[in-house]
This record gives sequence, structure tokens and C-alpha cells, in this order.
Amino acid sequence: MANSSSTDVKVLGAWPSPFVIRVRIALNIKSVKYEFLEETLGSKSQLLLQSNPVYKKIPVLIHGGKPISESLIIVQYIDEVWSSGPSFLPSDPYDRAIERFWAAYVDDKIFPSMKLINTAQGEEKAAIVEQVTEGLVLLEEAFQKSSKGKAFFGGDRIGFLDIAFGSMLGWLRAIEKMGGVKLLDEAKTPGLVQWAESFCADGAVKGIIPDTEKLVEFAKILVKMKGAPLGKN
Amino acid sequence: MTSLVELLTYLSVSLSSLSMAELKLLGSWPSPFSYRVIWALKLKGIPYEYIEEDLSNKSPLLLQHSPVYKKIPVLLHAGKPICESMIILEYIEEFWPQIPLLPFDPFQRAIARFWVKFADDKIPAMWIVYRSSGKEQEKAMKDTVEMLRVIEEHALGSKKFFGGEEIGMVDIAFGQIAEWLGVIEEIVGVKLLEDHTFPRLHAWILNFKEVPVIRDNLPDHHEMFVFFKRRRELLLSSSQDQ
Repeated sequence: MANSSSTDVKVLGAWPSPFVIRVRIALNIKSVKYEFLEETLGSKSQLLLQSNPVYKKIPVLIHGGKPISESLIIVQYIDEVWSSGPSFLPSDPYDRAIERFWAAYVDDKIFPSMKLINTAQGEEKAAIVEQVTEGLVLLEEAFQKSSKGKAFFGGDRIGFLDIAFGSMLGWLRAIEKMGGVKLLDEAKTPGLVQWAESFCADGAVKGIIPDTEKLVEFAKILVKMKGAPLGKN
Repeated sequence: MTSLVELLTYLSVSLSSLSMAELKLLGSWPSPFSYRVIWALKLKGIPYEYIEEDLSNKSPLLLQHSPVYKKIPVLLHAGKPICESMIILEYIEEFWPQIPLLPFDPFQRAIARFWVKFADDKIPAMWIVYRSSGKEQEKAMKDTVEMLRVIEEHALGSKKFFGGEEIGMVDIAFGQIAEWLGVIEEIVGVKLLEDHTFPRLHAWILNFKEVPVIRDNLPDHHEMFVFFKRRRELLLSSSQDQ
């Protein structure tokens, strides 16, 4: 496995997608070289349609010609296949269940609500921001329990939940900027503020999460195309 | 100084005492999500205590152990709670690896997990058919049929079960199609899973319900019909009062 050529591993994706970012960070942590095949905005390649016929969505990991879809499933696959590299999920089954729970919470609750902030206005917007903030406070509690004073949910090193949630940070900051709101703050989520800095500074993450400005510009393009800053992932 | 043999003995006793430790399942008899956990525990031969929750009057135990969603099922293992049915199943699979429910090969595991996620993403449509009316219900019916079509075309292949020769996690995830969908169809008065349109799924349902653990652990069909019919009437009348 360690000697696979880079053409053995391909990632179908797009630079702004937080779900694609998860896969790239995971491969970086395992020091796996891969070919990044960028999808064009507004169209889907034949390779994508063939590799993910059910959802037709990115990211798709193609390993030795075999496609795997759904970002968190891909991250677990990467963890299991490249097992000599640092592992993402903790070894204890209970701790694994907790990380899976919060990763699903990010996907089911946090990110969908975040996306709504920029199209909402007035009272509705305030209510959604409140909802997201409450969710982030729950994640702050989870972080305090899980990190045990260390830098990441996974402890000393980036783990599964760090990847799942950290991949959202680019958009989180862009949404804060576009919406004139504060989602992560020192008062309510001090641990996560610190964690966000550590995560984005990590060698495996640097350069993968796009600059806030780039995402804000991209969001404007999406609004023109679809009438909403963030379409479905 | 402890010898290696003593250390290994200590570890195996500790692990087995944890595996023998108190296991409780908070569930609700009409809920298909409850049954996912029951099926997994029974297939692996793991003893547990079942606690029936009254969802119209949630217990302090449930609220304490499922603070985020306040939902069943919750598995309590030596007092520690695990929530969300498919996360519970991954936990059970890891803690009690006998009678594996997931394939050994990482690629096959990823495929299985894909279909588990698909089940959780798409199955809600059939419950929207159940509790809505008009345009919302029409859309939900289309979504449900589309879900069945994708499963029929892509998920089963020529296998007896999604798990191959034996049932596995994907079969358990799709389990509600084998029983609860039929109840919904009867109550609403529609046929969404036509046998001739979905021959593979139809065969799978028959095979699935013949598996002894499944056959012996399903809620009574008539009781379910009565329960869900009554609940639907309440839901629809309360939505009209708005």
C-alpha cells in the first residue's frame, strides 16, 4: 500500500467543497500522494457520473480504479487502508461512537443551518444564528471532554472529528464575514477558537482550506448561478 | 514485576467483565430504529435489558442519556450512553466482533456504509408519506419510489441479502422496508413497492423475514396498524387545526 503510485489514488472534487477538503486532509495526514481531478462548476464529468451514479456528488475517492463516495465514509476507508499512518479514530469503541455522533451532528445540524444564514434576514436570521451558536456550544463541551486539555478533539493529533468539523472552518469564516455575524467566539466557545487556529495551522491542513476572501468571491458567483450562496453539497 | 501471562490474563478478564457489564436498551415497541439494535444484539447473542419508553412522556433516564436529540434508541453500556441507531450498531460491531455484520475488506465495508447512509438519508420519505397529505405527500411518494428503484438497481445485485449469504448491517438498516413500509401503505391506501416492479426487493423482503432473529423480533402487524393509524389521524387533524 505504501508504495502505490500516485495515479492509483484519485480524488474527484472541487476546491471550495468542505466535504472534499476532508478527504484531502485525511490523505495528507497519511502521506498518500493522489491526483486531484477538479470538477467544473455547473457540470458533472463522465467519470463522476460513473463513479457515483447514486448521488452524482463529490468527493469521490478512486483507489485502484474502485470508487468510494460520501466524505466521512471515505475518511474511514483511508484510515483503515493506510493503517500504518497515524489513525484518525480512537482505539476505544466508546470514544469512536462519540466522535461519529458529533461528526454526524456537524453534517445534520451545524452545516445545514450555517448555509441558511446568508439568505435569511431579520428575525429569521437571528433565530438561525442562535441555533448554530447553541450547536457550537454543544461542540465546545464535547471538545473539552474529548481533548482533555490537548489541542485537538483527537488529543495531540488531528483525528476523525477534527477532520469532520475542521473542514467547515473556511465556510464558517466566510459566512461570518458575509453575514456580519460571530459564530465561534472567545466568550462562548473559547476552546474551539483555539482549536480552529491549531487546526488551520497544521501541516496537513495548510493550503487545503481556501482563504476566506476566495470563498466570499465564490459565494457571489454561486448566488448569480443558483440564487443562493451555497447550493447542496 | 508482573509477568506477561499475568498481564494478559488481567486484560482479558477486564475486557470480558466489561463485555458482561450491564447492557440496557431504551426503545419503543413500534419504532423500527429500536428494532435495528434489537436485531444486532440478538444476532450476536448478546444479552441485554430492554426498557420500553413512553415517547409521549419521556423518562428522566432518556432525557439524561440522549440530551441532544432526546430520542430512542439509546444503548447504555456500563452506564455509558450511545445514541443514533447506526452509530450504536457500529459500536456493537466493534465491541462484539462475533457474527460480523460488516465485511472484513475495507472497500466492501465502505460500500456497506454507503448503503447504510443512503438508508438513513432516504427512508424518511416513507414517513413523510405516512404523516402528510396533498402535494407534500405526492412528492414523498415519488421520493420513496425513487429510493426503492435505486436499491433495486444498484444495491442488491444478485445476492440473497445485502450482506451476501447472511444478513448484515445494510439489511438491518433497510429493515423497515420489509415491515413498516407495508403498514404505511395499508394505512395511506397506496402501493409503492409493487412486487413485479421490484422483484429483487420483493424476494429480499421474503428472505429477510424468514431469518429466525428477524421473524421472532417484529412487532405485531395488527397492533402496529392500529397504533400508526390512530397516530396518523391525530397528526393530520392537528395540522388542519392550524
